[in-house]
Amino acid sequence: MTPTTRTRWAIFSLTGPAYLWLACTIFLPLLAMLALSFLDKSPLVPKPPEFTLGNYGAFFAKDFYWSLTRWSVELGLWVTFFCLLIGYPAAYALAKRIKGRWREAIFLLIVLPFWSNALVRIFSWTMVLRSNGIVDLTVQSFFPGAPAFDLLFSYPAVIIGLVHSYLPYMILTCYIALQAIDDSLVEAGRSLGATSFTTFRRVVLPLSLPGIVSGSALIFVPVIGSFMEPRILGGTKGATLGMNIEEQFTVTANWPLGAALSFILLAIVLVIFGIIYPFLRRQGGNA
Amino acid sequence: MRRFLDGGIRLYLVLVLIFLYLPILVMALFAFNRSPLYGLPFEFDLVWFEALAGNKRLLQAGWNSVWIALANTVIATTLGTMAAVAFGRYTFRGKTLMQALLFPPIAIPWLVIGTAMLVFFFWVGRSVGAPGMARGLHAILLGHVALSLPYVIFVVGARLNDYPKALEEAAATLGATPWQVFRRVSVPILAPGVVAAALFAFAVSFDQFVISYFLAPPGVTTLPVEIYTSIRKGFTPEINAISTIIIAVSMGLMLVVARFYRFGGERSGNE
Repeated sequence: MTPTTRTRWAIFSLTGPAYLWLACTIFLPLLAMLALSFLDKSPLVPKPPEFTLGNYGAFFAKDFYWSLTRWSVELGLWVTFFCLLIGYPAAYALAKRIKGRWREAIFLLIVLPFWSNALVRIFSWTMVLRSNGIVDLTVQSFFPGAPAFDLLFSYPAVIIGLVHSYLPYMILTCYIALQAIDDSLVEAGRSLGATSFTTFRRVVLPLSLPGIVSGSALIFVPVIGSFMEPRILGGTKGATLGMNIEEQFTVTANWPLGAALSFILLAIVLVIFGIIYPFLRRQGGNA
Repeated sequence: MRRFLDGGIRLYLVLVLIFLYLPILVMALFAFNRSPLYGLPFEFDLVWFEALAGNKRLLQAGWNSVWIALANTVIATTLGTMAAVAFGRYTFRGKTLMQALLFPPIAIPWLVIGTAMLVFFFWVGRSVGAPGMARGLHAILLGHVALSLPYVIFVVGARLNDYPKALEEAAATLGATPWQVFRRVSVPILAPGVVAAALFAFAVSFDQFVISYFLAPPGVTTLPVEIYTSIRKGFTPEINAISTIIIAVSMGLMLVVARFYRFGGERSGNE
């Protein structure tokens, strides 16, 4: 064998197994699902299916799906907003104000929970938010006779649970972006007469934008596809597109409709990536 | 003013940490509380852990999760490391495209991937005359490996960003056999990245719920699927007990990962 054929063989045999695996479990299934979304019968039905656009038609014809989608997108925006509101200052404090061993310890404490089971963490909120839960008991002990505090099965409960789940992502990405900013840039701004706030707005914030954008993407995408969290914390309130897709596959067994809704979800995700990609590209050089 | 500000910053970080840990601590607390209705005052008891020891369904689900996570770790780490080595060592046409193909498994919501797997596996199963083949522990394993592969390739690849090909060539020039080069040069360079990737792969699989949920046939479950089913049926502190164990295991694992692979602390040199 000549060296080039040998190299080619090496590359082929090293990458082949992993990509064959990905093809069979990710890419072919996505193609299969795309095909299914244009069929009129579920493969569970023995009759041969026919081509139809009806599954996508159902989405655009019924207000019901439209309101599900709107709530999913709103939920994604709220969760991303609160994660940014809470996470950015924490990342800033960690990257610029805390030094040494404390920084490492707090950093580890922040990333630690997101390696514990997401389902279990969502479940843990039911114990805090329900009536007679921890929040309720605390309120009652300070203000005896106050009305019962029961947040479980409400919109805020879903948002709180999801913010808790995804906050570490935002802190992580913002921290990485903020840490890469050279402190001398801030000092230069200050010595040229800018106030702390102006320096922050004109120097630190633009330079940390890639962290904010990638954190937001990491949060928004899974949140608009979420179904387990809204089901446990929201109950029947605030049904999401994700919950409906789950039902199409597990309860009503209308797989073609579920497939079409999945691809609509995927289209929303792609649009979001399309919007933020230029930001990441333009600012990405120093991230 | 400055001291006051620093105090405020510390207080803020403490509040964030309380937000992150409060529900987890509350949940663990109730695992050790006697009342089956989550009643207070707190009475220490191990009754829920004892009940767990006799809960065959939950234990079986736990074993399934552990075995799948272990098999996933071995397969994903092996295949992923091979691909990462190819990317590190060679420049070739299509490499950028191949690396870009690693993003969809991460960026597409699991709900979409999980249902797509169900559809595809069902079709494949039916065309070979065994539609029941679509779901089961083997299908769950197939899915978990697919999700873990990109992470493994990224984690090992980060370590190999500038693969020291020169070292291997030097060893070969000095008369080392290919096996010696592999054993004495390549393995020590790869080892820390591979260990971190393996722990990552284990965690990805052990915590995975969505994919497993769609690929689990009735009666066969993994731990997260079983917990989800129990929560929806109305929960008992037994779920707190098993959840507490899971959290302790995953956090312990993460602390080990942190030793091998420092996520944020790497730049501590410039302080």
